[in-house]
Amino acid sequence: MSKYLLNKFLYTVDRDPELVERYRADPRGTVAWWEAERANAILNCHAGEHSTWLGFDDSEREALASHDYPALFALGAHPFLTLTLFIGLFERDYEEPLGFQLEYARKLSGFSLPYPDITT
Amino acid sequence: MASVAAVIASTHHPFYLRASTATGADRPPFADEWVAKISAFRETLTRARPDLLVMVGSDHFHQLWLDNMPQFLVGKAPSYDANYYNEEREFGLPRMLLRGHEELSAYLLREGIDAGFDLAFSNELRVDHSITCPLITLRPEADLPIVPIYTNIFAPPMPQPRRFVELGKAIRKLVEAWPSDLRVAIIGTGHLSLELGGPRQFGPHGPDPEFDRKAVEWIASSDVSSALAEVTLDSLWEPGNATHGFMDFLLMMGVAGENVKAGYTDSLDLFHTMEAYFTWYPEEPS
Repeated sequence: MSKYLLNKFLYTVDRDPELVERYRADPRGTVAWWEAERANAILNCHAGEHSTWLGFDDSEREALASHDYPALFALGAHPFLTLTLFIGLFERDYEEPLGFQLEYARKLSGFSLPYPDITT
Repeated sequence: MASVAAVIASTHHPFYLRASTATGADRPPFADEWVAKISAFRETLTRARPDLLVMVGSDHFHQLWLDNMPQFLVGKAPSYDANYYNEEREFGLPRMLLRGHEELSAYLLREGIDAGFDLAFSNELRVDHSITCPLITLRPEADLPIVPIYTNIFAPPMPQPRRFVELGKAIRKLVEAWPSDLRVAIIGTGHLSLELGGPRQFGPHGPDPEFDRKAVEWIASSDVSSALAEVTLDSLWEPGNATHGFMDFLLMMGVAGENVKAGYTDSLDLFHTMEAYFTWYPEEPS
């Protein structure tokens, strides 16, 4: 289980406009590509160096591939990263201001304190 | 020695710029009251006639990342680019370029480290809305040099609340001992109760109005001991999952001085979160 890698996916996709669109249009394909090509990139290191050991487990891969943000919350992904990226992905589909944000809250309404641990 | 012209603590709300500039049907009903409150708050900085700004905020996973995460970091650079693509996308925040003040940055790093705070530093820092929101509200000309100080209120494990107070006290002491004739305003922004990415987000008020009421009282009177008696790293999850941002207020209470009443206090109950604004004038008896 790697909360860190879930966060790394959310973080790296969220800061790249092209990846945001790619993840919206093809979540499963984008997750597979990202895990193969990007999961082991060390972000604060020059491009010639990388890690060798990072990968998703099945539940993590499936949560990302199905845009399942309640599942990401349950897995302990950082809620700020999930929220920011998913607003970027889906806010545009809602007519009312905060329409997506309020639906997001409703979909998480089954969670009560303490929330899943987000410590990495 | 330098003088501390003002100590300012506030919430930072990335939607302010868009709300305050919206017109017609897009203008939210609370915008006029919000703009009036911000205008009055801005005057508290203007009348202090600052020459430079020490700005305490927290990176929101923009430049600082989990592979190399500092707890407290001081920027030391001649300039700071500001705001990021996803802040432009979500909040309509503009790209900005801010001047730095390397002499004060270097001084705070050297003296702060020697005082027992193992401060990280950055010579190339792109700051985010935790620094630019207070500039937009308090100094929209963004014409003064800044020293950014980042705290980790975001990624556990975080420093203890008490440590934020201690760092605030140290910053105040160091600025007052800085051999310079400049007038320094120390500005920090954090949050009251706040939920982001959880079931209580974007409600009609902040997620915990009772916490907000107490927090405003603690801050306005800089009642550090009452705040620390109730607030722990574990307890801060309860008012809302992003409420650790309150620790930046604790830091600013340390800067203001324990039990020193703010000269100016205001708040605004908004959807999603309560806004709160505080100014101390160290040169004027409270």
